[in-house]
Amino acid sequence: MSGSAVLLQFLNGLSGASALFLVAAGLSLIFGVTRIVNFAHGSLYMLGMYLAVWLSARIGFWASVPLAAALVAAGGAAVEMLLLRRIYKAPELFQLLATFAVVLLVKDLALWAWGPEDTLGPRAPGFAGAVEIAGRAFPQYDLLLIGLGPLVFLLLYLLLTKTRWGILVRAATQDREMVGALGVNQKLLFTAVFMLGAGLAGLGGALVIPREPASLEIDLAVVSDAFVVVVVGGLGSIPGAFLAALLIGEIKAFCIGLGYSKITLAVEFIVMAVVLVLRPWGLLGRPQAAMRGPAALEAPLDPPSGRAVAALLALFAGLAAIPAFTTGYTLVLLTDVLVFALFAASLHFMMGPGGMASFGHAAYFGLGAYGAGVLLLRLAAPMELALALAPLFALAGALVFGWFCVRLSGVYLAMLTLAFAQIAWSIAFQWDAVTGGSNGLIGVWPAAWLASKTAFYYAALLVCAAALALLWRLVFSPFGYALRASRDSALRAEAIGIPVRAVQWAAFCVAGLFAGLAGALFAFSKGSISPETLSVPRSVEGLVMVLLGGVQTLTGPVWGAALFTWLEDSVSRGFEYWRAAIGGVILLLVLAFPRGVAGFVRERIAR
Amino acid sequence: MLEVSGLNAGYGRAQVLFDIALEARRGEVVALLGRNGAGKSTTLKAIMGLVPPLSGEVRFEGTRIDGREPHEIARLGLGYVPEDRRIFTDLTVAENLAVGRQPARADAPQWSTEHLLALFPALSRMLDRSGGRMSGGEQQMLCIARTLAGNPKAILLDEPSEGLAPLVVEQMAGVILELKRAGVTVLLAEQSARFTGRVADRGYTLEKGELLPA
Repeated sequence: MSGSAVLLQFLNGLSGASALFLVAAGLSLIFGVTRIVNFAHGSLYMLGMYLAVWLSARIGFWASVPLAAALVAAGGAAVEMLLLRRIYKAPELFQLLATFAVVLLVKDLALWAWGPEDTLGPRAPGFAGAVEIAGRAFPQYDLLLIGLGPLVFLLLYLLLTKTRWGILVRAATQDREMVGALGVNQKLLFTAVFMLGAGLAGLGGALVIPREPASLEIDLAVVSDAFVVVVVGGLGSIPGAFLAALLIGEIKAFCIGLGYSKITLAVEFIVMAVVLVLRPWGLLGRPQAAMRGPAALEAPLDPPSGRAVAALLALFAGLAAIPAFTTGYTLVLLTDVLVFALFAASLHFMMGPGGMASFGHAAYFGLGAYGAGVLLLRLAAPMELALALAPLFALAGALVFGWFCVRLSGVYLAMLTLAFAQIAWSIAFQWDAVTGGSNGLIGVWPAAWLASKTAFYYAALLVCAAALALLWRLVFSPFGYALRASRDSALRAEAIGIPVRAVQWAAFCVAGLFAGLAGALFAFSKGSISPETLSVPRSVEGLVMVLLGGVQTLTGPVWGAALFTWLEDSVSRGFEYWRAAIGGVILLLVLAFPRGVAGFVRERIAR
Repeated sequence: MLEVSGLNAGYGRAQVLFDIALEARRGEVVALLGRNGAGKSTTLKAIMGLVPPLSGEVRFEGTRIDGREPHEIARLGLGYVPEDRRIFTDLTVAENLAVGRQPARADAPQWSTEHLLALFPALSRMLDRSGGRMSGGEQQMLCIARTLAGNPKAILLDEPSEGLAPLVVEQMAGVILELKRAGVTVLLAEQSARFTGRVADRGYTLEKGELLPA
């Protein structure tokens, strides 16, 4: 690489960093004050892109940018007032679920308004050409972006340090309850912060349309980039977000420039993992103080009563009898339900009793699925052996990833799990020789004696029921008690001799192992594996199932999985806007049952 | 000024306060005595709306304030100084005061920044220092000053002498007497009867969430 090429890549990195900073700054502000991890932030960015493209055809590019940002800000305010305001007191992950529902709604809104095709924006009038830098052409517009990032940073910095409003925002980031007790209306402050954050995302989106087409896939891509930037920089730190955006922007630009485009997908997540392990609170962040406000004390789980066990056995018997009545599509659907019930239960094991939320549980599901496929197709192992050994692939992954993850807690831990899932995904996506790359693996069929729908259904029922029973038994074993003690008070648990990290690591591995088993079953039930098996949406699906069912209930994940799988299946058939429908249902459920479906039923029974 | 009657409150399923009734008249310094865990802090938090009362009435200047948001209660002129100070450690002293600042009101003593710095001379030397780099005593002074910046008619003071050096405790007593002189009504939660004996006009005693008969 010559000197001028290096310079050009450097400039490329800077211009990429600017848009990244705008999104990340908004995300960081919103998280700092409201403590909500806004999954929909990428959707606001996407909305900014589409609106700017649409508006610039009517009122010109330069007028469309501020207008699109303002519209997105107004949309953000509406989301905050209509939705988030009702759930600030709900558990953290519920808020996440609600914002994910917004992701689905916005995606379908964009699909409905602008169609499925990628839409190109206009060149920016006055900045359409290129300038010569060190003998090479460089787009003028990119130079403009390079200047805009630091400008917005400066304005934000002044806003936060020199105005009373900014001082209130910083105070609320630390202790919002105290700010309220001093006479500040938090509701207004939260709405204003959300509006500002949304506006920044919209502005970021509107500004990139001369460089990139607006597409429906950009939302999750951007939000995971923004997560990385915010976490690397330190949650709630605007200078941190700026620094991290520069770092990530440059690293990405150089990876592409040097021809390592294959690792670009994973490289930012590798950076994040390294930063989080070395400085768990990010480059410029601070160790998170314990959250203020009434602590969410979880009532201890009761061991299942005799009646509950009898009910579960009856359910098992009922499920075993189903093939006598139907052999059609219902069995396929029920097999899916069983597999996802196990997947959700494994995630629940680390989230509920373990207290460790994972945004990347699909990694272990996918490792199990690919493990099965690779054993069967590449190593010619018999199907039964492949099914038995595949979970070990997931276990291996959990051993490695978990070692890093248990060093963190809360949102940081969740982000690191997301990072590892993304790494696993990009390996599966690109390692053509083994995983089949983007095509995945096909022909992963079960052995002949399990080939019929009915036989495979019985196999899945037996394996899942046994695995679930084992998982639930673990919760009430000494190991389960140690795990719950570590969740409730790590310090006290250490003091009575529980090796907290080791216990959590073990729980992480157990969760991974069982997710891998679910993944292997899934592979054989479908006959094929695609990289989507371990993608972010799959991880989110798992979260949705657990949260729908209720985190602090034992059987919740099973009901959540059943409800979600059934919903997805019935809505996605023949309805173009199924995502919006699912999003709407999630929103209704979140607003109506903030303790999950099983929690709701339990409360009703207790009354 | 401040009347509480039949107040029950708690956290989740655990009820902490049982049928509390107390009163602070205009310009009085009233002590709320009790040992650790007796419910002093919870009483103040329930009055302030930080812990929603289960039942009972709280009136401030005749207006019902139970069930209102903390910021509404603060804006009516009731200030709150928490036990654990809760200084904004990332903000400077001047910024901490700015967060507490509310418009002056005609019927309450006014505390301009100069006035506050005269009351707490130590703060005037560290206006640009961040709240995290102050001693406990300095933080306690800042915490009271921050609440006074809202120009309150009455304040709820939660254990202002806790964990402070004897000299600073002395200063705190002086500050409370100064507040009384200015006409601010004070409800003071304390463990130390020796301290309240010096500053309070009268007092209540809490035990296990109930008031002992006077």
